[in-house]
Amino acid sequence: MTSVPATENHWALGRITWDSIPMTHEPILLWTFIAVALGGIAVLAALTRYRLWGPLWRDWLCSIDHKRIGIMYMILGIVMLLRGFSDAIMMRLQQAMAFGDNLGYLPPHHYDQIFTAHGVIMIFFVAMPLVTGLMNYLVPLQIGARDVSFPFLNNFSFWMTTAGAVLVMVSLFLGEFSTAGWLALSNLGNQNPGVGLDYYIWALQIAGVGTTLSGINLIVTIVKMRAPGMSLMKMPIFTWTALCTNALIVATFPVLTAALVLMSLDRYVGTNFFTNDLGGNAMLYVNLIWIWGHPEVYILVLPAFGVFSEVVATFCRKRLFGYTSMVYATVCITILSYLVWLHHFFTMGSGASVNTFFGITTMIISIPTGAKIFNWLFTMYKGRIRFTVPMMWTVGFMVTFAIGGMTGVLLAVPPADFVLHNSLFLIAHFHNVIIGGVVFAMFAGINYWFPKAFGYQLDEFWGKCSFWLWLVGFWVAFTPLYVLGLMGVTRRVSHFEDPSLQIWFVIAAFGAFLIALGIGAFLVQLVVSYLRREQLRDVTGDPWDGRTLEWATSSPPPQYNFAFTPVVHEIDAWWDMKRHGYQRPLAGFAPIHMPANTGAGVVISAFSLVLGFALIWHMWLLAGLSFAGVVLAAIVHTFNYQRDYHIPAADVAATENLRTQQLLASHV
Amino acid sequence: MSELRYHAGAAGAASATLTARPYHLDHEPHPENGTALGFWLYLMSDCLIFAALFATYGVLGRSYAAGPTGAQLFDLTLVAINTAFLLLSSITFGFAMLRKQANDVRGTLLWLAVTGFFGLCFLGLELYEFAHLIHQGAGPQRSAFLSAFFTLVGTHGLHVTFGSIWLVVLMVQIGKHGLIHENKRRLMCLSMFWHFLDVVWIGVFTFVYLMGVL
Amino acid sequence: MSAHDTHAHPAGHGDHHGDVGPHSSLRDYTIGFVLSVILTAIPFWLVMAKVISDRNTAVVVLGTFAVVQILVHMVYFLHMNGSIEGGWTLLSTIFTVVFVAIGISGTLWVMFHMNANMMPEHPTPTPPVHDAPGHSRP
Repeated sequence: MTSVPATENHWALGRITWDSIPMTHEPILLWTFIAVALGGIAVLAALTRYRLWGPLWRDWLCSIDHKRIGIMYMILGIVMLLRGFSDAIMMRLQQAMAFGDNLGYLPPHHYDQIFTAHGVIMIFFVAMPLVTGLMNYLVPLQIGARDVSFPFLNNFSFWMTTAGAVLVMVSLFLGEFSTAGWLALSNLGNQNPGVGLDYYIWALQIAGVGTTLSGINLIVTIVKMRAPGMSLMKMPIFTWTALCTNALIVATFPVLTAALVLMSLDRYVGTNFFTNDLGGNAMLYVNLIWIWGHPEVYILVLPAFGVFSEVVATFCRKRLFGYTSMVYATVCITILSYLVWLHHFFTMGSGASVNTFFGITTMIISIPTGAKIFNWLFTMYKGRIRFTVPMMWTVGFMVTFAIGGMTGVLLAVPPADFVLHNSLFLIAHFHNVIIGGVVFAMFAGINYWFPKAFGYQLDEFWGKCSFWLWLVGFWVAFTPLYVLGLMGVTRRVSHFEDPSLQIWFVIAAFGAFLIALGIGAFLVQLVVSYLRREQLRDVTGDPWDGRTLEWATSSPPPQYNFAFTPVVHEIDAWWDMKRHGYQRPLAGFAPIHMPANTGAGVVISAFSLVLGFALIWHMWLLAGLSFAGVVLAAIVHTFNYQRDYHIPAADVAATENLRTQQLLASHV
Repeated sequence: MSELRYHAGAAGAASATLTARPYHLDHEPHPENGTALGFWLYLMSDCLIFAALFATYGVLGRSYAAGPTGAQLFDLTLVAINTAFLLLSSITFGFAMLRKQANDVRGTLLWLAVTGFFGLCFLGLELYEFAHLIHQGAGPQRSAFLSAFFTLVGTHGLHVTFGSIWLVVLMVQIGKHGLIHENKRRLMCLSMFWHFLDVVWIGVFTFVYLMGVL
Repeated sequence: MSAHDTHAHPAGHGDHHGDVGPHSSLRDYTIGFVLSVILTAIPFWLVMAKVISDRNTAVVVLGTFAVVQILVHMVYFLHMNGSIEGGWTLLSTIFTVVFVAIGISGTLWVMFHMNANMMPEHPTPTPPVHDAPGHSRP
């Protein structure tokens, strides 16, 4: 039984004690706290000095505009990237130095938290927000709609995700984080009654609610709100990948919820789902969590494929080759991703027949992905290629991801996996596909769509610097891990005895350093672009000569996206419009019906955050109160029936006339 | 750039006949409301939570840990009564929907109240069953089988609880605003939710109670 | 953004004017209710009266009754058909059923093999002196 002893629980503070504040005995955390506190005070001071609290609350935090929510997701993802990457650098440093008598600077307990936090943050609070942010921003624009189907739910989903991220960050300074790896394999974690695993559980449960609702939201948006004439097979390919991704989200996140609930029950109530006695079965947890875990990585990579499809078509000035086969490949991948999960635990002992079945399905799933790569290559063939920054990320992806995919097919062979399971080869493989696939796509997407969102392009020089540093840095960091994995080195180890391995770890650390420079270059790119924004300004709304409907709007688009809903006749609707000399109407504007901003999402999420925190620290009174708060705040919100308003025709006309003038001025 | 085509009209002149196709709507778009589909998708996600719990019960359902088994514990008469309560509540909700279709506020509220009553009967009887089991020493901590049982049946019960709270809130809102469009939409969602819970219960009484006794 | 109808919507929207959602009828609900009662009573009787002796047969029979009753609920109470919501509710239901089937059957298959290969053996049975908790074979 793993329930925490009932003694020592303070009526208000639960199990918080002075020992719960680790920075009193961990210098690294103390310095981190000082830095965060100073930075936080600086931000708060700036907000106060420039009187930004009002606009921040009204126009951003309460916003139900999918564009603003999309931008906030991207900001969340980038901020958490810095935290997750710091964890990576710390691990690389430790592993580069900790040989023989040198124990390194991270005791094992701390190291375990770092690799756990690294994985959790990168998957849940970097990759998911970035992907969700892009889909949120682009899908309504690409289908010619004014917003998503459920704008309030959209806002609420964002704040639930942020609440989860906040819980993870709080664990740095109060208590500790989980040491059980990013999936909390129960025999590592379930038996550990400390707060770390509880932080993990509640952060994911809260963020998971947001993600599932966002999945439902985007599916209904794509089904119901497409512009007239846009049949499914005329949608932009990014929208297709968004549809499939969100279907996967709705189909798989519930399994994560259930698995974490069962683990929570073991921890809080003393049930026997994953215990070693009284009938429990720890292997069941592994099974359930990977039923979620495998589709999760396809949730991350499908939108990435969508980004590349858009980028390739635009910068090769050619329609995407094989649109229909791309759609079928995407749907195939979606369904097949539900049939491969056991390849994550071939070695757990299910035997030859089961392993064979899943090994075969895993190999099959590589085929539609291969088809996609051929389609991109055929799009490039005889196209008029422009090697802009997004295109460079795309070519980098094709090389990197293809190799990573091949190592995956290698791992799909059960006998090979018996040697390589949980070795550094595996680590190299999944970083290869996630970085090469998802991260590269996010940078391609950010560079591609930044002008649309902010009205000015990103600086190209620093973009190219960032790209080359990431590309070279990635290969320098992870090729040694392939070698080490083949030599038998296991993952999640903080100290080694064999000095002949050290050179590989040192090379890997150098690669991580290059990636750090790449991230630095990206941050510099953001700053430099902002400072040079007038020179980089885009007034046309279509800086790349794009093909899809988002480029038909101004940069940034007006709140209502389209003054007149577009009518679609072909794939690449905007390209079609341009070819036929379509002129946007300059008169006849009507009032536009829009949803109103609301603070209810922030409030309910704040209560959820407090609830999670209270449950972690066994503050039962606070937990009960905050749970009541969540329910009551939700009920109060339902009593609000006035959730919309109209933008007057005169305002629409003014906005559109301003755009007309900008377009004329740009051709002087 | 591409915008040149707008104002110089170079390509436009050559393809003037093709520009006869309309490329925008003159009037405000009226996209179909997505609430029904959205709520259905939420129900599908709920289905998957239950699927995971059923799978867990399927794996752990015979792990008695030398403790009591389903055959020893389950009172099928009680389960039959509870099933009757839930099925009756489904039909009374149906009557409420018929009254809603006729725009009859009083009738709708009456049948909703009856539905809520049956729901509370169901919950009361289930809580009694749980209390009785715990009192016998067959609580969720006793064995993996019992953990799975309490969690699966309890999760269903929690859903019925939330549905009942929602029902009361909606009754207040219908009383306050009448059967306006928005309230009808909410009723439709609650109706789907309520029937869905009955569907899950079919799974529960079949796979947990009836087969547990075999 | 959901079309928030604060004004009378023009005809041709596809739903009943003044009503929301698929049309229910007393006939549908009555048929559904009667069928459900029958499809519930028979399984309960089969088990409580111990009518079927072979456990495997009983499982199949009970399972079939459950599936049929679920379909009855879907059609008569939830108004499921291929044309509502452009067929998307039916499609998402099929999608979900497939995933549920894969998840449940996959889990059962995998865990059966895991338990067979990996769970420790029972000690050879000796007459129990006192109640000792131990693993039971699923």
